[in-house]
Amino acid sequence: MSHLIEIRDLRKTYAIGDEPVHALDGVSLSIDPGEFVAIMGASGSGKSTMLNILGCLDVPTSGSYLLDGIEVARRSRTELAHIRNRKLGFVFQNFNLLPRTRAVEQVELPDLYMGRLSFADRRRRALELLRRVGLGGRTGHTPAQLSGGQQQRVAIARALMNEPPVLFADEPTGNLDTKSSVEIMRLFTELSEEGITIVMVTHEDDIAAYAKRQLLMRDGKLVKDIRR
Amino acid sequence: MNVWMIFKVSVFAILRNKTRSLLTCIGIIVGIAAVIAVLAIGKGASMMMVKEISSMGNNLVMVWPDWNRRGTVRTGAGAGQTMTAGDAEAIERELSHIVKSVSPAVNVNSQLVRQNRNWNARVSGVSCEMPEIRNWQIAEGRFFEETEQLNNARVCVIGTTVKGRLFDEDEEVVGKTIRIGAMPFKVIGVLATKGANGWGQDQDDTVMAPYTTVSRILQRSKFQSINMMNVSLHSMDDVEEAKREITSLLRQRHKLAGYQDDDFMLRDTREIMSTIGSVTNLMTVLLTAVAAISLLVGGIGIMNIMLVSVTERIKEIGLRMAIGATPANILCQFILEAVLLSTVGGIIGVGLGIAAAKAIGQIQNWPIIIEFSSALCSFLFSAFVGMFFGFYPAYRASKLNPIDCLRYE
Repeated sequence: MSHLIEIRDLRKTYAIGDEPVHALDGVSLSIDPGEFVAIMGASGSGKSTMLNILGCLDVPTSGSYLLDGIEVARRSRTELAHIRNRKLGFVFQNFNLLPRTRAVEQVELPDLYMGRLSFADRRRRALELLRRVGLGGRTGHTPAQLSGGQQQRVAIARALMNEPPVLFADEPTGNLDTKSSVEIMRLFTELSEEGITIVMVTHEDDIAAYAKRQLLMRDGKLVKDIRR
Repeated sequence: MNVWMIFKVSVFAILRNKTRSLLTCIGIIVGIAAVIAVLAIGKGASMMMVKEISSMGNNLVMVWPDWNRRGTVRTGAGAGQTMTAGDAEAIERELSHIVKSVSPAVNVNSQLVRQNRNWNARVSGVSCEMPEIRNWQIAEGRFFEETEQLNNARVCVIGTTVKGRLFDEDEEVVGKTIRIGAMPFKVIGVLATKGANGWGQDQDDTVMAPYTTVSRILQRSKFQSINMMNVSLHSMDDVEEAKREITSLLRQRHKLAGYQDDDFMLRDTREIMSTIGSVTNLMTVLLTAVAAISLLVGGIGIMNIMLVSVTERIKEIGLRMAIGATPANILCQFILEAVLLSTVGGIIGVGLGIAAAKAIGQIQNWPIIIEFSSALCSFLFSAFVGMFFGFYPAYRASKLNPIDCLRYE
């Protein structure tokens, strides 16, 4: 079985003043389809940089990154946008929903950029996804009319719109209370069981505990790789 | 992502902030409305002027005596008494191959009296060809004939203003006698109303009589000097030749030596037309400048708001990029937003401009001409303004890095 994500000797160096800062210092890693991975580490350990590069939001200084068998480390901004659109889903700490926009339209957004579905099919799929995340009754609500947990569910439904093989989550429960956090993590677990690969960054041990595999980073290096 | 989707996103973004979108448009609205309104009024005014000039008569060369050069005291232009009815007759006789007719004019201001009413008006001594030369229509009665002109007949034709001053509204005028100065004249006709000319002078406040009568009886002139003559040509194509030949004939008749200046001046209607044309052109240039400035200001307003909008929606841009918007998608979205703002402004501006022009036309009683082409041009130009001033903010947005956008606080 081929790896879904395979990185080799990945480096990311920022120049802050004259001092080069190695946010990623030679990381190699592979993730198989269907895995649920939590990346952990203290602030400044490089976990966010790692997620940004894995999510094709940023490019590494050197090293190789094969996503689904394709080298993506050196691609143009437009090519990366297409990859993100078709292969990746994102869930953010602060939800990043469009203001004053109805939930169903938020969920439709990724397909607007792909243009795969007709209007009716797109709407049908968006409504179906909102039902899937437990918001079947709130499809017409705007973010201001939804609780934090509900907003994050909308964001998850949106991330699933284009049927991506991988879902990236950056501190998905960071802005949520305990009850909502548990609900969101249950949803992630269900999605993982359905076969979606999930890569999540968190600094909370109890959230990371939902994942089947935990990676610990320190000073830009991968220091621990625990599978349960 | 297809154009329709980008269009929807842009419309949505504009509607999300209605008040600000409207305020952004105002610069364009005011600019376009001003252009449309002033253009409509300007076109109306120039059309009125052209109509005015053509009402003066076509194919016309006007000849005035120049200032009097006998002695050391110079009188003003037209005050000289160097031109006589004989000059007019000579031109008509000797230049008949290009000149259709010549109508000398002798003007006096005189008190008109009828029974207990009186009125002071300009009495023009003209020839019997005057109606034809200067496009005068006869409303009642007739104009005087050549025999009356030759016999110094005491007949006159009056304008409607004079008629109103001397007669009752429904009174029969033709055949009545009025006094011009001390002399009784028989009214044989009434001129059709012409209205004020381009300089605001009431053309109907006039009395016309044979120039021979005016000169000999009212002016008691020995020389039969005339104030001007209207030379009507067969064709306007001959105007330069006609002016040359009139000049040489008059110089010969006035016995001017080669070193002496002309003691008369010539003007043709074409010259007056071209003067009007240059005034209209100047107006158009000024208007274009005003329009350009107001649209520049409006465009900068749009650019300003778009820059604010890009900064304000930086997280939205980041999110759109994260879920698959390409830099080109973002560029198109923001340019389209700017173009939508400016064209909506343009449409409102055109509507407002037409309304304003009509209102001003109603209040001031000015003719208004609204041309479809100027409305269309304004609209297209407003779209161009949006594109031009929207490009920079949109370009900035498209160059943003998705991570920086998502992280932006």
